[in-house]
Parts: sequence; structure tokens; C-alpha cells
Amino acid sequence: MAQVGGGRWRRWLYLYLPLGLFVIVTLFPFYYMAVTAIRPDREMYIPWNRPHFAPFWTLRPTLEHFALLFRETLFARWLANTLIIATCSTAISLFCGLLAAYALARLRFPLGGALGTGIFVTYLVPQTLLFLPLGEVIRSFRLGDSLWSLILTYPTFLIPFCTWLMMGYFRTIPRELEECAQIDGATRIQAMVRIIFPVATPGILSAGIFAFTLSWNEFIYALVFLSSATQKTVPVGVVSELVRGDTFFWGPLMAGALLGSVPVAFIYSFFVEQYVSAMTGAVKG
Amino acid sequence: MPPRQRSTISLDLVGPARPGVRVPGLGRFLCATRTERREWVLAFFLLLPALTMLGVFVAYPFVRGIWLSLLDSVVGHEGEFVGVTNFVKLWYDSIFRRTTANTFIYTGAATVLKLALGMAVALMVNNLLSFKRLLRASMLLPWIVPTVLSTLAWKWMFDPTFSIVNWIFYHLGFIRVRVDWLGGPMAAMSSVILVNVWRGTPFFAITLLAGLQTINPDIHEAAAIDGANAWQRFWRVTWPLLMPVTLVVVLFSVIMTFADFQLVYILTGGGPANSTHLFATYAYQIGVATGKLGEGAAASLAMFPFLFLVVLFQLWYIRRGDSGKGGA
Repeated sequence: MAQVGGGRWRRWLYLYLPLGLFVIVTLFPFYYMAVTAIRPDREMYIPWNRPHFAPFWTLRPTLEHFALLFRETLFARWLANTLIIATCSTAISLFCGLLAAYALARLRFPLGGALGTGIFVTYLVPQTLLFLPLGEVIRSFRLGDSLWSLILTYPTFLIPFCTWLMMGYFRTIPRELEECAQIDGATRIQAMVRIIFPVATPGILSAGIFAFTLSWNEFIYALVFLSSATQKTVPVGVVSELVRGDTFFWGPLMAGALLGSVPVAFIYSFFVEQYVSAMTGAVKG
Repeated sequence: MPPRQRSTISLDLVGPARPGVRVPGLGRFLCATRTERREWVLAFFLLLPALTMLGVFVAYPFVRGIWLSLLDSVVGHEGEFVGVTNFVKLWYDSIFRRTTANTFIYTGAATVLKLALGMAVALMVNNLLSFKRLLRASMLLPWIVPTVLSTLAWKWMFDPTFSIVNWIFYHLGFIRVRVDWLGGPMAAMSSVILVNVWRGTPFFAITLLAGLQTINPDIHEAAAIDGANAWQRFWRVTWPLLMPVTLVVVLFSVIMTFADFQLVYILTGGGPANSTHLFATYAYQIGVATGKLGEGAAASLAMFPFLFLVVLFQLWYIRRGDSGKGGA
């Protein structure tokens, strides 16, 4: 609905003003998170209706909350745990998803359609439906309270996603490419590994980035499967160690939240386009 | 899609094509040529890792979950078969009834708001001449940052004593007295929905924006020349053309919102007085916090019928779309 002749003020009223407001509301919690993280405690706990209270900035920024985070909690350990879990489960999921997607997109075999549908359906199974029995399964495999419990269970929601995304990607690669290779004497598997997978690199990258953020953000499995402080991931560690009963240590909490968000935001900022294409591609199927 | 049509040539390589002829089960296996059978074997091995993982960690837990919901297990005790007692108990549990209502209200309200806001933002961004990329990049932030961490920021913003939201509203003249955003049942529910909308709107906006960009602007121009105003152009042109994308996004979001856990767990923990529980948080409270595994499993399985219907609808819709497009 281009308002070509509508005049400048209309564009401001209908476009820039609401969009500006939207962006402010969208980003404000992050800004406030950052301000709180560097605000000294004595400035933080001032009732909101006190006069001369400047909540939006601080003139005495401090790093004491970050220091406390690393000194008094196992935050560095949690970061490492989260990184290990996200990397391993992403790798497993990409491997499984890539192979499965190739089979489903390119090969003809009985029950192919049904299996494709089955994998699609598992993509729609929310974690919260299965966390209790899955916890039992994890315990019976003696994997409870270890990073393995998450490395092996995160692929349950990542594989369907990767498979689905890669299937869509494989379909855009012309079959002639493989056929030429096969005519030149390559076997089917060689054609797949040497020709198709390299061509599909952008798709693999999108799926990988998205899978990584998904496993970085996962919460309920980590909350239920892990119990000792040394095994925790960032979201679970921050919530369970910095909230004591009704007492919230807001400074370190916000510092932890900020640091836990930075890695995904960082990766995201480099691969915005891949991320968006993975997200919209996953929806369009 | 042109490349797909030309690919019929390839059928000679991968074995005889018998379009339309469906030989069932064993017969099909016996009639298969060697190349065909070789392809099946390859497919089997390629699918094996994925299916093993999903079998062990999705299908098996699902069956076990159903079994668990029929036991009176508590943590540390295997439990005995009690039939549907757990479900009957839930049926008469007033908190569970409240939870059911909450989940539907939460899903309904949040989805409608996210769709409306996401659509508005997508339309506006689509009309922008500059800053498009910057805007798209920055508005996705709530979606990519771990929900628990951003929700903690909201919890701090809603703090009963130090709420920045109160400060802002007070200084803008909207409120005269302190509002306890998570204090009462109504306020808490609204706040939770608000945060869900904040988090989910970018997803709607980005996907709808991608859909909008596939719509040929000529159609709009033609409609405009025929005298349609902006409102009519949206409802008669954009909305119907965007329908397939919208429906998929809405269904996906309905599933995720319906099964949500993190937002409520952090913001209210189901409180005050168990008035804001969703199925997932209540199942967690029963199954993990109080350790009644059987009852907890039953409470989370209560989500299943609705989720099943949504998935069924989505599958049906995708099938229909596929046959419409001529098989993709």
C-alpha cells in the first residue's frame, strides 16, 4: 500500500512512528538488561516513585556483578557446558538430518512418503509433552545428570528440523548434477558426498546455525535432567543459582542473562540472512 | 518447477518407472529390479541414524509416557497399574480445570495478538524504502535470545517494588498508583500473554514479510487502478494470497504457545495461588516438584488430543497444497 501522493506526514504517522515504537518496545528489555548489569547495587534498589531517580542510565557503571558471576558461581563452566552441548547435538543432528533428507528427497523406496510425514510430525512434538517419560528413559540409560543426557536428547527436536530444511534444499538442486557424475562413473554414494553435499553447503549452514541457537536456548530438558551445579547450562544455572527462594540477585542475574545472550546474538549478527532463510524455509516446508 | 519435470530422464538410471501402478508390500519387493533394491538398501542405511535417534528418544518415551500415566509412580518407586485413575483425578482437580482454561486463553489471545501485530509490522516494513535490513535484523532479537534470559529481564521490569514499567507509565501519566503486574491472577495472566506476544511477534513478522515479498506488486497496482482503497486491497488481495503462509505460521505458533513452559515458569511459576498454570508448568509442578511422576505424565499427556488435532489439520492442509501445486 504505497502512499506515493499521501504526503510526508502520513508516512510519518502510519509508518515511521508505529515502527519506531515497535522497535523501542522490542529492544528495550535488552537495553534494560544491560543497564542493570552495570548498575551498582546501591543505585538499583530505589523505589520507582522516588524523585530524581534516573532508571535509564547510570553514572557509576560497575563490573562487580560480572565479577561476582565468575567468582561466586560456576558461570564459566555453564557457558562451556552449553557450548559443548549445543555443538555436539548440532553436529549429530546435521549428520542424521543430512543423510535422512537425501534419502527422502532423492531416493525412491517403499514407505518413503510415510517416513517423511513421520519425521515432520516429530518436528511438531513439543518438548513439554515428553519431558517426564524421557527423564525416565535417560535415567534407565544411566545418563542422568550428565551432559550426554542433553547431547542425545536435543537431536530429537533438531533432526526433524534439519531433515525438513535440507529436503527442501536438495529439491532445488537439479538432478542432472548427480546424473552427470554417475554417467562419468561415480557411484550413487560418491555423487551424493562429492557433488550434492558441497553444493548444499549454504543449506547445511542455515540448518546448523538454527539448530545451534535452538539447543542454546533449550530449557526444560536441561532443567529436569541436570541437577548438580557443575553440569548445568547457562539458562538453568542462572535461574537456579541466582534465585534463592524469593530473593532475586538482579545485578548478577542480568549480567548472566546478558552474557548468555551474547554468543547467540553474535552468531546471529553474522548470519542474519541464513538465519532468516532457515526460519522462513522451515515454515514453508 | 522446470527441473523436476525434466528429471523423468533419470528414471532410466534408477530403475523402471511405474507411475500410478502400486504393487503392495511383498509383491513390490519381489518385482523390484536389482537397481531398485539397491536403492532401497541405500535409503535404509541413510535413514537409519535419524530413525534410531527418533525411535529411542521420541517414540519410545511417548509409549512409556502413556504407560507412566497409568501408574501411580512417585520418584524412586516403580508404581502399580491404576488404570485411568490419574486422569480421573485431574478431571476433578480444580487447579487442572483452571489450567486447561488458562492454556486455551493464553494460546488464543497470544496468537491473535501476534498475528495482528506481526501482520502490521510486516506490512509496514514491506513499505519501507530504507532501513529494511536493519529493522529486520534488530526485531528478531527477542526470538533468538534464550527465552529464559529475556523473560528474566521482563520479570525484573515487572518487579513489584522497582518496576521500570510502573516508572514509565507513571511519568507518562497513565497510572497514578503502583501496579503489581504479576500480583493478581488477571494481571499476571495478561503480563504473561504480553511477554509471549513480545517474544513471538518477530517470528510472525519475518515469515509474513517473506510471504509478502513473493506477492507481485502489479496485482496491487491493478486493484488500485480499479478503485480499491488500501483497506480493500489488503483484505481482497494481500490476505487471500498470504493465506497459505499465515496458516502454517499460525498453526506452528499455536502448537508452541499451547505447550509453552518457560515464560510462565519464570514470570509467575504458576502463581499467584496456581492461577496462571499452563499444562506444561502444572505437569512440571506435579511430576518434578512434588515427584508424582504418574500424575505428572497424565497432566502433560492432556495436551496431546489438541496438539494431535492441530497437527492433523496441518498435514491435511499441506497435502492439499501439494496436490494443488502438482506435487512438490
